[in-house]
Amino acid sequence: MAVLEVLQYPDPRLKQVSVPVVAFDATLQAFLADLEETMRAGPGSVGIAAPQVGIFQRIIIVDVSSKPGIRQHGCLRLVNPEILHQEGEVKGREGCMSVPDYTGNVLRARNIRLRAQDIEGQWCEVDCEGYEARALQHEIDHLDGQLFLDRIVSPRHDLFRRKVYR
Amino acid sequence: MSAPANQNGRWYMLTVVGADRPGIVAKLTDALYRGGCNLGEASMVRLGENFSVMLMVEGADAAVLERLVKPVTDALRLRLHIDPIQGRLHHHQEPNVQVTVYGADRPGIVAQVTGVLADAGCNILDLNSDVGGSAERPIYIMIIDGYAPAGMAAIGHALEPLRRDGIEVRVSGLDTLIG
Repeated sequence: MAVLEVLQYPDPRLKQVSVPVVAFDATLQAFLADLEETMRAGPGSVGIAAPQVGIFQRIIIVDVSSKPGIRQHGCLRLVNPEILHQEGEVKGREGCMSVPDYTGNVLRARNIRLRAQDIEGQWCEVDCEGYEARALQHEIDHLDGQLFLDRIVSPRHDLFRRKVYR
Repeated sequence: MSAPANQNGRWYMLTVVGADRPGIVAKLTDALYRGGCNLGEASMVRLGENFSVMLMVEGADAAVLERLVKPVTDALRLRLHIDPIQGRLHHHQEPNVQVTVYGADRPGIVAQVTGVLADAGCNILDLNSDVGGSAERPIYIMIIDGYAPAGMAAIGHALEPLRRDGIEVRVSGLDTLIG
């Protein structure tokens, strides 16, 4: 296993769209192990996507089990993930291993249902909410060449929002 | 004009305030750009009917900065202030607590809330506030992002007396997701 080099913006490759995985073989298994080790080596990182390490295939890992008191599924190693359904909207602060020293508020769906393949190619469906759903949306964005910077909302967002409701 | 002497890494805080109108930022930053200056972190916002600019600038000393910017601020009738600062880029502090406050406007809300935060050792990183409602019945709204070394629990408890005064106070933890 190895910690892989993480691409950092403005590396243009981070804007590239990744392709579906077709081969569920030993190479994929080895890569997933490296990807997970890279995620765990990043300080405080709860997720990673293959394009962050320069592999443009639709593979993500999310593990928010270190966060106390939230609903979560442990370590999710997902291949070819697709969001089937999403609901609600919630704001939260995000940063990224590929965008050091900057964090910002991003709106994400509160609940998502997604479908993905596991390391052997078996399809499964998962329902996620809150922080875990946010992490999954952040990582799936990477597969489409999107960074949280593409979704950032103004720091004065909440104040303006209140005015709209008045 | 000749390029100003490069004050490498020496940052100044440029403060500009005055009646709001279109073009303030464009004219100000164009003068700095043409003068060979580099911009850092900034906060610019319309408050009341005024526009306020706080802008980190490097690349020229105070006298040169003033020479570059004064023609613009004079022409737009803005107040200008330039201070050397110790700050650097790339030293953000991540907030771990957000305090949202709103209620019928009355004197003392900000002093009371921020007094509690200060007593808890909480450092305010960002504060946005506004007065909404109508002129007859103004409401005050404030959102603070801060770093509280002991987390949010102590702050929530200390703000309890304010809630009894009819002020809505919500304290929530901020946990930045790194992905």
